[in-house]
Amino acid sequence: MGAHTTADAGHHAHHHEESFVSKWVFSQDHKMIGKQFLVTAIFMAWVAVIMSLIFRLQLAWPGEGFAFTNFFLGDKWAPGGVLDPNMYLALVTIHGTIMVFFVLTGGLSGTFANLLIPLQIGARDMASGFINMLSYWFFFLSSMVMLASLFVEGGPASSGWTVYPPLSALPQTIPGSGAGMTLWLVSMTLFIASSLMGGLNYVATILNLRTKGMKMTRLPLTMWAIFVTAVLGILSFPVLLSAALLLLMDRTMGTSFYLSDIYVAGEALDHVGGSPILFQHLFWFLGHPEVYIVLLPALGITSEIISTNSRKPIFGYRAMIGSILAIGFLSFIVWGHHMFITGMNPFLGSVFVATTLLIAIPSAVKVFNYITTLWRGNIIFTPAMLFSIGLVATFIAGGLTGIILADSALDINVHDTYFVVAHFHIVMGMSAIFGMFAGIYHWFPKMYGRMMNTKLAYAHFWITFVCAFGVFFPMHFIGLAGAPRRYYSYTEFTMFDGVLDLNVLVTVFAIIGALAQVLFTYNFFYSIWRGPKAVQNPWRSNTLEWTTPVEHLHGNWPGPLPVVHRWAYDYSKPGKEEDFVPQTVPLEEGEEEH
Amino acid sequence: MTKLLILLVIVLGVLAIAQLARVYELTSRLRGKREEDISPADNRMNARLMWVFMIAYFAFFLWLVVAYGDKMLPVSASAHGVDTDWLLNFNWIILLIAFVLTNVLLFVFAAKYVYSKDRRAFWQPHNNKLELIWTVIPAAVLAVIIIYGLTTWNRITSPSSPDAVVVELYAKQFDWTARYPGADGQLGATDFRLINGTNPLGIVTRESVAERLAEMDTEIAELKETLANAVLPDAKRDELTDRTERLERHKARILNLKTVMEMDIESNGAASLYLAGGDDVVVKEFVLPLRQEAKILIRSRDVIHSAYIPHMRSQMNAVPGLTTQMKMTPIISTDSMRTHVMKDEAFDFILLCNKICGASHYNMQMPLTVVTAGEYDAWYTEAMKKPFTAPAVTEEEEAAPTTEGEAEENNASPTEVAEVGNATN
Repeated sequence: MGAHTTADAGHHAHHHEESFVSKWVFSQDHKMIGKQFLVTAIFMAWVAVIMSLIFRLQLAWPGEGFAFTNFFLGDKWAPGGVLDPNMYLALVTIHGTIMVFFVLTGGLSGTFANLLIPLQIGARDMASGFINMLSYWFFFLSSMVMLASLFVEGGPASSGWTVYPPLSALPQTIPGSGAGMTLWLVSMTLFIASSLMGGLNYVATILNLRTKGMKMTRLPLTMWAIFVTAVLGILSFPVLLSAALLLLMDRTMGTSFYLSDIYVAGEALDHVGGSPILFQHLFWFLGHPEVYIVLLPALGITSEIISTNSRKPIFGYRAMIGSILAIGFLSFIVWGHHMFITGMNPFLGSVFVATTLLIAIPSAVKVFNYITTLWRGNIIFTPAMLFSIGLVATFIAGGLTGIILADSALDINVHDTYFVVAHFHIVMGMSAIFGMFAGIYHWFPKMYGRMMNTKLAYAHFWITFVCAFGVFFPMHFIGLAGAPRRYYSYTEFTMFDGVLDLNVLVTVFAIIGALAQVLFTYNFFYSIWRGPKAVQNPWRSNTLEWTTPVEHLHGNWPGPLPVVHRWAYDYSKPGKEEDFVPQTVPLEEGEEEH
Repeated sequence: MTKLLILLVIVLGVLAIAQLARVYELTSRLRGKREEDISPADNRMNARLMWVFMIAYFAFFLWLVVAYGDKMLPVSASAHGVDTDWLLNFNWIILLIAFVLTNVLLFVFAAKYVYSKDRRAFWQPHNNKLELIWTVIPAAVLAVIIIYGLTTWNRITSPSSPDAVVVELYAKQFDWTARYPGADGQLGATDFRLINGTNPLGIVTRESVAERLAEMDTEIAELKETLANAVLPDAKRDELTDRTERLERHKARILNLKTVMEMDIESNGAASLYLAGGDDVVVKEFVLPLRQEAKILIRSRDVIHSAYIPHMRSQMNAVPGLTTQMKMTPIISTDSMRTHVMKDEAFDFILLCNKICGASHYNMQMPLTVVTAGEYDAWYTEAMKKPFTAPAVTEEEEAAPTTEGEAEENNASPTEVAEVGNATN
């Protein structure tokens, strides 16, 4: 049992009038911090989406000029609207970086961990409000540095979001590895600091500040997912930090951690004895857990929403927790599957094949449990529910192709092709972003006390859902034709001619899909100020956050903290009048917990 | 003007959506409807769309398979690739079953169990037997996938046979060079510090070491003279001083290498790898004999590249400072690919670069020609005989001291000169 502060009735005494700055800018209130993360992430997501449109145009119609491209990049990087090859690489790099780190890590975990942890476990706020505030402002600073890197001479980092040296270490090899790369590393360092401060806070809060009765076995699955995510982040981000610092030293101080035997631009360099493979090990030691840092919160959110809107307990609660833990554990011993063809010892490769494929088991259990939760449910199609079902669909489609990539013998021929691009965009990109949308639609009333427009949300979901598959499904076929990723164009060969028209199809879907996000963005910002007022528990949900008043107050509950008597999934429990029983309702005599 | 129009269209579009939403909101407020209450009509619509989506999803998948199935990679042209393709097909069967099954259940359940006021959801928090079954079944299937996959992997990555044809692929921004051993059957030792216009791979021989040392001496002398006599801005002076120092460091290392070379030659005699490089065949062509195992060594000079030959189902990274390798046995010649498989006279196997490596990454390619054993021997004998012609000093060499970055790009396009032998023949 965590320590709790139920009895602090005198809490109100701490409520003094807050200044503008302490309420809106340097707020230490977890709800405000969550919203700050969300709005920053939405902005960053738009930057990354526009980047993707620019390079999609190039891929569909290589070498053609577009006013759109020229509008954003100007004559230096897009003379006559034709994208420059170096800028192409820069765009795919920054698109990936922003989406993975700033949107799906900072945006997803940052928003929902901050918003939900204290509300769902019954705490006044995070363990340390101050560190929590710092976590956001480091994130903000890191975003600004990343955006600033777009405007330096030579362009932003261009060596792929994985920034493998020597390409990322030597400005002689690509212009983006100059100041742009330095800023990338600085930005990531700030990001990691933010992430660690956030993560420590999440773990400390969940372990120590649960309210009376909130046993770990009664925690909502969102909390479990965020808890494991935070642990993964704490254990893996420092490794990325060390990788980034070593790279920074190789770039600026003449060390040779990653560099050896290099002859470039007509000169033999001094570096001897380092190994570029070392960087890949360090990078992927973070990089793979990172996939689950992105995915687990989305899966947790979905568990919550599917259960609520099926009016049915989540099927196999303990199995769900078990699979979250199993995925979390396994994610640390699979990183080598990104490196089957780097020249790593083939035996080591076999070990990573086995561990990687094992992850399919807990993943399959999760999918089956979602589906069974729907079975004989009483499903209400709220926008959040639609996105959650969408997540299950993308998780299936992307998860299955993962089995092919995990099989080293098969990976040889699809490694770094569009097959991989299709796989990770569906399983990690789409699933996580669907989880994020689901979370936003579901908890918007909690965040802003107002409702988002349902009709717009429906349009948003269906267009996005169709476009997600329209964009990424054909990429499997482009990849199976052997087309490598990160190619500026495919017209230097004849071997890909057969699948090139798929690139046009993909781009058309991408444009429509991006436009659908205008609906969302409009709906989001309009509803913040003008949406209809929300009621306290609009989705008739069991979890604690819906027992707080609609109007936010610092400290969350006006009176004493709620006391928890049951798990979060008593939906349609036999013998109950209502089809939901909030966690605060005491068990009746003789009632079994579940 | 177009920009303005586009902007106008976007603004009007947003306004239109805004007005529609506003109208909807006002009417629902009039009807006393709350936003969070999902109407039966909305529920029904979404349930129907679930059906529609499922059918469209499968139809889209089938259309892609039918329309693009024959545009995928053709039958494997290497022996191990045939195994890989079997493994892939085996996996596809399992995955497709899982794909269809789970998606049908997902969308059908979502559509079927749509909300009704008169019904209550089935209370079912867990079912241990069911959960055990669907943990054990995937585990068993995965065990089969793992075992089948790993046996294939072990065959592909096992050591190559001693009489395999040895080829070295050498990568740099943005082209490939191949090196075949000479009459001695051995590839000579290499060192990146020996790379120059006449020795693009840095092959170590007594002659190449002496040549490089002499070249460096000249360069150092010139630099020193400039530093002593010319009037230079400070920055330039620092740059030249750095360069001189670097050259001197490298010179010391090469002298060191020279000592090691002489010791090795002394102890190993004719077997020394330092004597094997003199007759190496350095070419801009990649030719392999049919039905004979090839051991392909891969090196890089600057950044990580990846040697990817899709038709052979072969790929391995080229890592600076590390020699990687892969083996393969071509089983279809370029000719039979042209006449029988692809029915395209212009067809070539292509070696691609598949690791992001810079601006021209997308065009770093070299054709691979697979010929019969007889044709290969003829080609190889011919290639060995080709007299060495020193290429004109490349722009790279000239541009090197001052400009960074751009020098490499201009140099050595794939169409450029063909055979570059070795200086020391």
